[in-house]
Amino acid sequence: MELVAAAALGKFIGAGLAAIGSGAAAIGVGNVAGNFLAGALRNPSAAGSQTATLFIGLAFAEALGIFSFLVALLLMFAV
Amino acid sequence: MAAEEHGEGLAFHPMDQFIVRPLFGEGDVGVFTITNATLWMALSVLAIALLFIVGTRGRAIIPTRVQSIAELAYGFIHKMVEDVAGKEALTFFPYIFTVFLFIVFSNFLGLLPMAFTPTSHIAVTAVLAIGVFLTVTIVGFAKNGAGFLSLFWVSSAPLPLRPILALIEIISYFVRPVSHSIRLAGNMMAGHAVIKVFAAFAPLVLISTIGIAVTPLSIVAITAMYGLEILVAFIQAYVFTILTCVYLKDALHPGH
Repeated sequence: MELVAAAALGKFIGAGLAAIGSGAAAIGVGNVAGNFLAGALRNPSAAGSQTATLFIGLAFAEALGIFSFLVALLLMFAV
Repeated sequence: MAAEEHGEGLAFHPMDQFIVRPLFGEGDVGVFTITNATLWMALSVLAIALLFIVGTRGRAIIPTRVQSIAELAYGFIHKMVEDVAGKEALTFFPYIFTVFLFIVFSNFLGLLPMAFTPTSHIAVTAVLAIGVFLTVTIVGFAKNGAGFLSLFWVSSAPLPLRPILALIEIISYFVRPVSHSIRLAGNMMAGHAVIKVFAAFAPLVLISTIGIAVTPLSIVAITAMYGLEILVAFIQAYVFTILTCVYLKDALHPGH
């Protein structure tokens, strides 16, 4: 009985810990966007051609945050 | 109220919207059951067909509004494929354009109230991503033969490092369909769940006095999230498409 309760508690704690990953991904995405903006303001004429690169960078940074979200979801609903 | 049922403070569960249900009657969902997912996928396909049939019927020199939208979408993806993956990749433009339109329309139709978002399900996005993965792998080997394997053998790196890099490259190659599909599904699911969490707080004014403060806040939050979701719905379709182009570029030119 106690084991079941501990498992249920651990599930929630684990999901909460996984949410830290989302925050870390937010830092990564902010880094990408901020550096892009810093570069774009230095050389605005080259910025337009680099938006595709910007989005690829954002997507890669974000993917790992989404993985942690997925871990949280799995803990909450699948385990 | 359903609140007692879930044992939480919410009027309904934010994940309820993602349940796949049979469209007609009750019962189990089988392979050929027509579900709400089927309905909304069919609706997005119909909407795409309608846009392009109506849009391309006139073929006017001065485009009508519908024709402008169709031309805009076509030109946007055509340019993206050409810029990112190169001229040779234009052979795959119809495929990429189809994938893009399906994702964009599913995402946007899913934003309608009471709608179901097919792209919030990993099953749907995984099929799209595995399709891209297989296409890229087959095209890579068909175009370059064994030379496609040079994608994993980074010739610009120092020789002792290359086996380690090869291992990392191989792992990252096979993780691609996973991250490709989960990114789209996760974004759609997370955004819709956040809207539903706020939506569940909105009727609090009916059952408790604290709702006088919470209800206006959550309605403002729903509106703000909705605006963000419109942005995300487009950006995720764009990201999915542009990554398809990037992977295709790897397949066509594995050397660099």
